[in-house]
Amino acid sequence: MYTKNNEDSWLNRLTTITDMFAFPLKTSHYVELVNPLWTTHKMQAQVVEVWDETKDSRTITLKAGANWRKHRAGQHVRVGISVDGRQYTRTYTISSPPERDDGCFTITVKVIDGGRISRHIVRNLKVGDYIPVGLPQGDFYLPDASPIQPLFITAGSGITPAMSMLRSLIAQQRLPDSVHIHFAPNEFDVIFARELRQMTEQQKYYHLHEVHTRDFGEDKQTKAYFSLDQLQRFCPDWKERDCYACGPASLLSSLETVWGEAGLSNKLHIERFLAEFSQVPSDAVGGKVRFAKSGIEVEADSETNLLRIAEDAGMNPPHGCRMGICHTCNTRLKSGCVRDLRTGELLNEVGAIVQTCVCATAGDCELDL
Amino acid sequence: MPTAKPLPVNLSNEQIDEFGREMDAIYEETLASRGEKDRLYILRLIRTQRSMALGGRIFIYLGLLFLPAFSHALASWGSALIVMALGVVMLGIAKILENMEIAHNVLHAQWDWMKDPEIQSNTWEWDNMSPSDRWMHSHNVVHHTWTNVVGKDLDVGYGIMRVTPMQEWEPKFLMQPIWFVLLMLLFEEGVALHEQVIIDVVEGEKDSKELRPVMKHIGRKVWGQVRKDYIMWPLAAALMALPASMFVSVSPISIFLLVAVANGVANIIRNVWAFIIIFCGHFPEGVYSFTPDQVEGESKGQWYLRQLLGSANIQGGPLFHVLSGNLSHQIEHHLFPDLCSNRYPELSPRIQALAARYGLPYNTASIWRQFGTTWRNNLRLAFPGGKMPPKIATV
Repeated sequence: MYTKNNEDSWLNRLTTITDMFAFPLKTSHYVELVNPLWTTHKMQAQVVEVWDETKDSRTITLKAGANWRKHRAGQHVRVGISVDGRQYTRTYTISSPPERDDGCFTITVKVIDGGRISRHIVRNLKVGDYIPVGLPQGDFYLPDASPIQPLFITAGSGITPAMSMLRSLIAQQRLPDSVHIHFAPNEFDVIFARELRQMTEQQKYYHLHEVHTRDFGEDKQTKAYFSLDQLQRFCPDWKERDCYACGPASLLSSLETVWGEAGLSNKLHIERFLAEFSQVPSDAVGGKVRFAKSGIEVEADSETNLLRIAEDAGMNPPHGCRMGICHTCNTRLKSGCVRDLRTGELLNEVGAIVQTCVCATAGDCELDL
Repeated sequence: MPTAKPLPVNLSNEQIDEFGREMDAIYEETLASRGEKDRLYILRLIRTQRSMALGGRIFIYLGLLFLPAFSHALASWGSALIVMALGVVMLGIAKILENMEIAHNVLHAQWDWMKDPEIQSNTWEWDNMSPSDRWMHSHNVVHHTWTNVVGKDLDVGYGIMRVTPMQEWEPKFLMQPIWFVLLMLLFEEGVALHEQVIIDVVEGEKDSKELRPVMKHIGRKVWGQVRKDYIMWPLAAALMALPASMFVSVSPISIFLLVAVANGVANIIRNVWAFIIIFCGHFPEGVYSFTPDQVEGESKGQWYLRQLLGSANIQGGPLFHVLSGNLSHQIEHHLFPDLCSNRYPELSPRIQALAARYGLPYNTASIWRQFGTTWRNNLRLAFPGGKMPPKIATV
């Protein structure tokens, strides 16, 4: 570690000097012209392979750029996807094991009904494209030391963290006795199906139970995802195991009930993704406005602009023209929903830019002011 | 609601309101149609600009290898200067593109809608001595809100020139033809010092202590720019010349000076071009200025009207428009300052037709006419009096 730090500071010192040649940009902005993967001012990854897992899900292999750090099996990564010129950020679990040593990682994405971003990733992302990525994050991973016996409960594309963990354990040749219950609509909808069945044959400690919730040709789910009976049947010793679960919210909440009633909540580990969008209130009423940095919360109606609300609350946020042209008052939406008074357009995406002088709250909202 | 003093047009308030609604409709329609094509435009432009900046610097360096001292077949002052001039022009154009078509528009929040964290109005820092945040205040807030309002818009004469007869004549304006040329050559420095607080201190209305935080902030940016163009790049060339100077008669000092001068010329190319385009935006013949009582209680329609009457376009081809940062579409830019600039050309005929339907002028002409009348006005208004535009603006 010592030498690595030394090297870092040597490189840092050199970059400080070369940055003086690039001012007000950084050296990295010019390095990007040669190879976008070498940049340090932002991290990018290049799509090097795409592979359809099922009819509506695809594994994207990404070559990570400079400053990438290895993930722990089960962690997720944020990716930026541009659709119609606008960049959206989405979070996906890394499905490859950290033992993969070619500098690449994979995400496996399933098209959500009506999901424009997931559809874009699965259908339009091409080999050779560069996309911005974040560093691996999340605390949904197996402990390093303690020899636990895991029970994986996954549904649909929720299989991805479990897959990364299983692949990692197998690569390290230390797969403990594991039970895996996986739910999918039909047999042909199972992501990684071939590999799962192969693992069942080759790994004597791996026990897979596939549950298909639809009969062939059905449009709707007919059988329940999960029940206590089913759990007892597939995994009689479930109370002794650490459960790692990922899937739709309904599945996760029934798991929480079962483990909670057994008094074993500390043995249930759940990965769920927070909603990127807030609920749009049905009628454009006023509500509570929270200014996060100032720690002020006030009531507001649906017609008064948020700049005015802030000023009436005794704040002095940045502002200029008061008519929406100068963008001095831009801030970010932390939660909730606001309405653009000029167009009536509702903004409810976390992180959206809000021009406070021409926006009013729609229901409750929280601003980064 | 009418303003305290009417605008110089022959329209009823209802007509002005309708005019405003038509403008709003054009704006919203264009906003809604933004998409992937616009994103690719700005990304490619940024890439081209950075490549040109780097290429320009490399050509300036390459030019040094043709100095007569190296005594190879092609070495001569002629060939060295030609290669360096090529680099200087490339660097100058790169600076023009960065300042005008990229940074000016990014800082107007024209590209914020893409939500690309690299291209945001609140984080972009431009290749100019003026710090972005200071410039956004003096430009976006003061100039774009108070366009051509005498006494409010600091861009009306920049505090040193009389650009409309509505400004009262003072003996200091006799000097303005000289300021005109000086500001053209040192436009970048002028922009950096373009601050209300500086004028207040010079006029004795504020204490010079109030300047300190602003000057410190501007100074830091100026130092970064000076260090890059007049220290780092020339110094690196001089260091490379040092070993060579043992074998051939090149002096590292003259290499340093050559590169510094080349960078200086590139900056001046950008200064002169930016000055010409920007002065053609509000100061040619036929552009209106306003009094504060003409904007008091102004409606959206009246605001649009003031932007239309207070701006002037320059005619030209697509390349000219890009190089002018689409400020050749100054009218469209002032009507819709946060709409991405690559859309201004397609809006131009629509705005022109809309203006014609309401019997309003649309001031557009060649760069020769626009800059010629700007220059003539500057000379005329150095002396008392001057011709006001017609009382009622018509086509």
